[in-house]
Amino acid sequence: MTGVPLSQSELFHLIARAQAAYTRCVDDERAQSWPDFFTESCLYVVTTADNYAAGFEAGLMYADSRGMLEDRISALNEANIYEQQSYRHLLGQPDIRNVSDDGIDVETSFMVVRIMRNGGTSVFASGRYIDRYVVEQGRALLAKRIVVCDSKTIDTLLALPL
Amino acid sequence: MNIRNDIAPPTEWPEGQLSRVPYWTFQREDVYAREQARIYQGKTWNYLCLEVEIAEPGDYVATHIGDTPVIVTRAEDGEIYAFENRCAHRGALLALDDRGKAKDFTCVYHAWTYSLQGDLTGIAFKDGIGGKGGMPDNFCMAKHGPMKLRVTTLYGLVFGSFSNEVPAIEEYLGDEVLACVERVLKGRKLEVIGRFTQQLPNNWKLYFENVKDSYHASILHLFFTTFEINRLSQKGAIIVSEDGGNHVSYSAIDPDAERDEDYAKEKIRSESDYRLADPSLLDNFEEFGDGVTLQILSVFPGFVLQQIQNCIAVRQIIPQSVEQTELNWTYLGFTDDTPEQRRIRLKQSNLVGPAGYVSMEDGCVGGFVQRGIAGVPEHSSIMEMGGHDAQSSESRVTEASIRGFWKAYRREMDV
Repeated sequence: MTGVPLSQSELFHLIARAQAAYTRCVDDERAQSWPDFFTESCLYVVTTADNYAAGFEAGLMYADSRGMLEDRISALNEANIYEQQSYRHLLGQPDIRNVSDDGIDVETSFMVVRIMRNGGTSVFASGRYIDRYVVEQGRALLAKRIVVCDSKTIDTLLALPL
Repeated sequence: MNIRNDIAPPTEWPEGQLSRVPYWTFQREDVYAREQARIYQGKTWNYLCLEVEIAEPGDYVATHIGDTPVIVTRAEDGEIYAFENRCAHRGALLALDDRGKAKDFTCVYHAWTYSLQGDLTGIAFKDGIGGKGGMPDNFCMAKHGPMKLRVTTLYGLVFGSFSNEVPAIEEYLGDEVLACVERVLKGRKLEVIGRFTQQLPNNWKLYFENVKDSYHASILHLFFTTFEINRLSQKGAIIVSEDGGNHVSYSAIDPDAERDEDYAKEKIRSESDYRLADPSLLDNFEEFGDGVTLQILSVFPGFVLQQIQNCIAVRQIIPQSVEQTELNWTYLGFTDDTPEQRRIRLKQSNLVGPAGYVSMEDGCVGGFVQRGIAGVPEHSSIMEMGGHDAQSSESRVTEASIRGFWKAYRREMDV
């Protein structure tokens, strides 16, 4: 599934680049092309460390197709009401845990600050991405991203994806 | 220019009875303190946890009733107990985790030990060392312990009360509201499928008003309306319990009403041609056999049972300060769910919670009110939709259930 065998170093850079582009998309482009970072039949779940440890499946966001991700963005653009806000993601180095025919399993820590329209800037979330990437036509795409937030609490609301 | 005198703000309720609520009720420390004493520690039933969360002897959950930390346990005798999460000695917390399994609770500070029933059973160095020191001989452990709560269960829900006067939960809810709890939970084995906490930047009452506000749902939440999950023109009704504090709002799909002109006429922004790329989000299965797609049920002062299609959840409202409230969501499935049914529930969980398509606005709108009313404690909100009383109603274009809340609130607060 990863196509032409890549060296460890190539793999690392491929994933690092994909993650940098992902955070740029969410933080600086209001996540408009965020679904493009996923495969068609992806799984995207935002949950908490407690839920993840307990094996609870429900998420704050739960999408099992790229279409559902597109709907998230449409809803943010067209339907949902929230005060103007943006994120700034800071990511740790991707930790490549396993490479197999099914894909590349990666864990990456993140911290997200949220900037509100009144200028308030606060740590909104920290946690880790538990990812499975596949390489399609030279691009690393997310087949799965479980966003495991460290804290059980979300302040006010979660609008933009993490 | 209106310059307010430097005097205590008003305590009188304005004219208009239930259809006016003065903003000082959302702003004052003394009101908050009175609520703790008269409502949370008063004649109310407060949701604590699910029975399934304390299924085995030794299982416990640590939660709050208002400000007060409490522990709920299943003891060796198989019964459920609840008591304050506070050592009788110097007041330290006994349980330091939200949930877990324990044989007893030993305070970390000086090792005073309590049984799963909340009885003080041991004091470190009670008899001193080498005959010196220790507690007086006449100190009676049986007379000292955290306050124990009354506990009751209802179809898998556990409620607690500090009051010996509050009537049985069935009577407290009233027959009609009770029937709606039964409708969702009776005879079914619950399973937790997720827990989330939302920090609300507003007074607890603003959230509870929001829960009881059937008028706003299809106006603030565009997602609801566009997909005919909820329209005020659908079949439905409001039930307000006789004492005012509890309510149910429900609706059922009514195909005849789907082309209702009222929304277009009012120029409410809910009219749009927004469509889902993946409509599997709205897949559902008939779970109750009555066509009711939405039932929001609230119990005074801070419990919500929600059925939105197949998305079942309970919400626990915990005030933390005048302007901060914790909202605990527990998403539910049932042990006999098929994999397909469970998948539908997981997808529908997108509708609710802090990121919910039809609930995220509720996380911020209370804050909009809290900030909007700053500086005008003497002003009041207007709630005359559907009249002035707090009666059940076939129309959901009403604020009757909010007025019901204030009826119960004023009675318990004596304001």
